[in-house]
Amino acid sequence: MKRALLDALIAAHADNRPAVLATDLDGGEQYLLDDPCPPGMDPELHREALARAARGKSGVASRGERQLFVHVLSPRPRLVIVGAVHIAQGLAQMAMMHDYEVVIVDPRKGFASPERFAGVRLVTEWPDRALQELKLDGRTAVVTLTHEPKLDDPALTRALASEAFFVGALGSTRTQHKRLERLRQHGLEEAALARIRGPVGLPLGSITPAEIATSIMAEIVQWRRRGPQPARAPA
Amino acid sequence: MIADERSVLAQAAAWQDEGLGVALATVIQTWGSSPRPVGSQLAINERGTFQGSVSGGCVEAAVIKAALEIIEGAPARRLDFGVSDDDAWSVGLPCGGRISVFVERVEPARDGEG
Repeated sequence: MKRALLDALIAAHADNRPAVLATDLDGGEQYLLDDPCPPGMDPELHREALARAARGKSGVASRGERQLFVHVLSPRPRLVIVGAVHIAQGLAQMAMMHDYEVVIVDPRKGFASPERFAGVRLVTEWPDRALQELKLDGRTAVVTLTHEPKLDDPALTRALASEAFFVGALGSTRTQHKRLERLRQHGLEEAALARIRGPVGLPLGSITPAEIATSIMAEIVQWRRRGPQPARAPA
Repeated sequence: MIADERSVLAQAAAWQDEGLGVALATVIQTWGSSPRPVGSQLAINERGTFQGSVSGGCVEAAVIKAALEIIEGAPARRLDFGVSDDDAWSVGLPCGGRISVFVERVEPARDGEG
């Protein structure tokens, strides 16, 4: 691999842009699939590689004896945490370990301080504005942790109107019940409300902030890999 | 910290910046049960230090051996691993799957490039 190509892949990952690398398995010649079909490359094989890349899965495209490895480097998933609370510190670390891009939203600058969240992107605007600007898409998970309806509710309202693959809210079953009542009064539909995982987190019996972060991260992984899960039975 | 895709590639670049020879191994095909999906990568430097994985530790030793030859100038090549040969204990996959790994050298940037 040429160093310039390696640097291009590293830059794409840092900016969270997709990149697709094609490698001729006979000889090792390489190019980015964004670039035009290079001279000497079978245009049919190039087209097949493009089709494979469009499906988003890495693998070998072949035509006759000629084989091209198509390496799809997808953008990372993203976790938006609303509430720069104690649990958010552990959750942000875990999400980064899972290669998520992490954004923490909290207008309370005392909570959202760089001392408490070294190396994490902090947004200190109000959640409804912040989440609108973040353009929540299908590779984004949103978790509210503030326990404060003035912060959590607008965030949840934005998240439920988006394609976010996971929407979770911290708080007891009782808190969740009251939250659903408030959001219902604000005109949110039952189908939207049913998307909120609350209390967020797989039931591990967590007590400490780190344990609670583990249960939340585990549930996000479950939804990412297995898709939406049925509603949990009331505790 | 666990090595993700980014840190494996970044590690390869960092080693090269230190003046070390570097190779990159990538899982290109899998059949049956395999420990790491297609696209998983392992970076290796000329001292045999590595970052990332192409299996659960089952075939890394053989990949590193080939990588050291490739860093020395041998051509890039594809390595196939299964469980069917006598060597299975040392370079096979206990899970019963088969994997193909492509090993290549990271070419140093020439003057005026990258």
